[in-house]
Amino acid sequence: MSKAGQSWGRYPNASQTVVALNDRRAELPASAESILPYGNGRSYGDSCLNDGGTLLHARYMDRFIRFDAQTGVFECEAGLLFSEILDLVVPQGWFLPVTPGTKFITVGGAIANDVHGKNHHKAGTFGRHVLEFELLRSDGSRRVCSPQQNPAWFAATIGGLGLTGLITRVTIQLRRVAGPWMSAEVYRFRDLSEFFRLSQASDRDYEYTVAWIDCASQGKALGRGIFTRANHAPAHPDSRPGAPSRRLRVPLTPPISLINPLSLRVFNTLYYRRQRESVSHVTMHYEPHFYPLDGIGNWNRIYGPRGFMQYQCVVPPAASLDCMEVLVKTIAASGEGSFLAVLKQFGDIASPGMLSFPRPGATLALDFPNRGAGTLALLDRLDDIVAAAGGAVYPAKDARMPARYFKQYFPAWESFSHYIDPKFSSSFWRRVTE
Amino acid sequence: MQKVVIIGATSAIAESTARLYAARGAQLFLVARNAVRLKDIADDLRVRGAPEVFQATLDVNDVQDHARLIEQIWTSLGHVDVLLVAHGTLPDQARCEASVEWALREFGTNGASTIALLTAVAPRFETQRKGVIAVISSVAGDRGRQSNYLYGSAKAAVTAFASGLRQRMAKVGVNVITIKPGFVDTPMTRDFKKGALWARPDDIALGIAHAADRGRSVVYLPWFWLPIMLIIRHVPEFIFKRLKL
Repeated sequence: MSKAGQSWGRYPNASQTVVALNDRRAELPASAESILPYGNGRSYGDSCLNDGGTLLHARYMDRFIRFDAQTGVFECEAGLLFSEILDLVVPQGWFLPVTPGTKFITVGGAIANDVHGKNHHKAGTFGRHVLEFELLRSDGSRRVCSPQQNPAWFAATIGGLGLTGLITRVTIQLRRVAGPWMSAEVYRFRDLSEFFRLSQASDRDYEYTVAWIDCASQGKALGRGIFTRANHAPAHPDSRPGAPSRRLRVPLTPPISLINPLSLRVFNTLYYRRQRESVSHVTMHYEPHFYPLDGIGNWNRIYGPRGFMQYQCVVPPAASLDCMEVLVKTIAASGEGSFLAVLKQFGDIASPGMLSFPRPGATLALDFPNRGAGTLALLDRLDDIVAAAGGAVYPAKDARMPARYFKQYFPAWESFSHYIDPKFSSSFWRRVTE
Repeated sequence: MQKVVIIGATSAIAESTARLYAARGAQLFLVARNAVRLKDIADDLRVRGAPEVFQATLDVNDVQDHARLIEQIWTSLGHVDVLLVAHGTLPDQARCEASVEWALREFGTNGASTIALLTAVAPRFETQRKGVIAVISSVAGDRGRQSNYLYGSAKAAVTAFASGLRQRMAKVGVNVITIKPGFVDTPMTRDFKKGALWARPDDIALGIAHAADRGRSVVYLPWFWLPIMLIIRHVPEFIFKRLKL
């Protein structure tokens, strides 16, 4: 037992007892306070924290159970990382059906946050590819949940923020690939309407689409960025670059955030200019394509000891362009914002979880160094814009959304709450419902 | 193909080591008390690349049962390239002070059972004239300390036994390695406060596989325990008596 547990944004601070789990067949440990499963701590805000309570550290419940290389049916314990799955299955011609921008997340965490990726318009969320999982409750009961068996528990637990019980083992359907390479096309765009045109034109023929936008430049440069669309490459592409071998790390936390309005503008301009041509074609290994930041260990430290807040919202299709313009304008004018602001159009494939975040529309994600009240006020302004447009904010990345907006963004929260295990709670849940 | 036997296969260090060998495509023979946990681990190792994983249950304190197990191992594998003896507990020192029965029982689990197993297995290695026997002892065996001297004395017995066995087996081309881990973050130590000296089971496992590959004799894992224990062993008794280690 130890007192620890931090989220990826390193904000807010929480103190909790950490109990390590290792055996999926064991009962839940007895605890006087409330408990919450904790995977690899890659949620940004407080959805993976339980201040004053206990965290069930599930990372070392990390055994493979079965992998059928003919059908791609894959079963493992919930603490296994996406990176460990990829290392095993890619050489055998399989890939994760859906992956977010880091491979250092556990399978249990992927379900609890119903994560999405650059192929949302084609594949929907991760939860859609879950064939089955086992849910262990504090009363000792175990439920096998699938779309057919215990479907209500299935829907509550997918995107259920770890509150419905402990996910012990998971079966998913992988997708076939010919090899580890991606074939990508990269476009420079000058403004948001060009982004939406590019994105719509690419949805049908490209499995993965995403854009980086410059959120530091104002005026004519407002909303410029780089759009990438990609597919898994054939077995023998023209070039076959290896996985990047050089691993960088941020070795310590600098005393102040290295991200400030000046460094931000310099970086964003350089990043935009790096793409010389307006279009280029590249064959690349899947790692830099899906996980550019995973190459830098502990990159979250660059924001200094106060940490950072990530903000990810989605706004409905009809309001997308106007609303994104207002959001980007507001962020650029504030001088805050991040190196990597990510913009993507979600498709209309329904998410399976009661509290799943992805829904049709455009989604924007970016980091803000924590500068205290000013940052919080800016995010409140963004919330007003998103809420007025009928959008939503992603709980997995949130450390501050007001309760009234959470309830508006996730109207199913009340019916969901009946599925919460009476012994389970989180800092996030208390904040947005109490 | 390497053939690897692990006694106490459900321990965290043993499981990490088994994963390394599975990833190399080794054939494995796992021994532990709990058949269900053993099966979970065997399934995992098969997915990771072990072509075959044999499983057997054993209570190490049932010394009469050792011969049956050893017979089963050599029948299944033909020969053994690496034997890792990794079973053990972390005895409650206070309870060992209050109960002779408990003290001897824990000494049996952590010391005598290992001596029994190694004694029974040595002729097999003498016959096959190759292979590695890796025995997990502990830095705790280097000097008895009041906080865990029952465990320490059992491990001291293992260390001394392994040293003698190493001399004997060197003549027939068999290498005996004494593994001395320091603090390891495992379920066995979950109630301890963790500091900078704590290592992960994966690191210890890498050290074990390296030691086996390179024919080492005594390894401290991680390496920094070598100078630490050198100092601890040489603290004069008149000072050591007053320390609260």
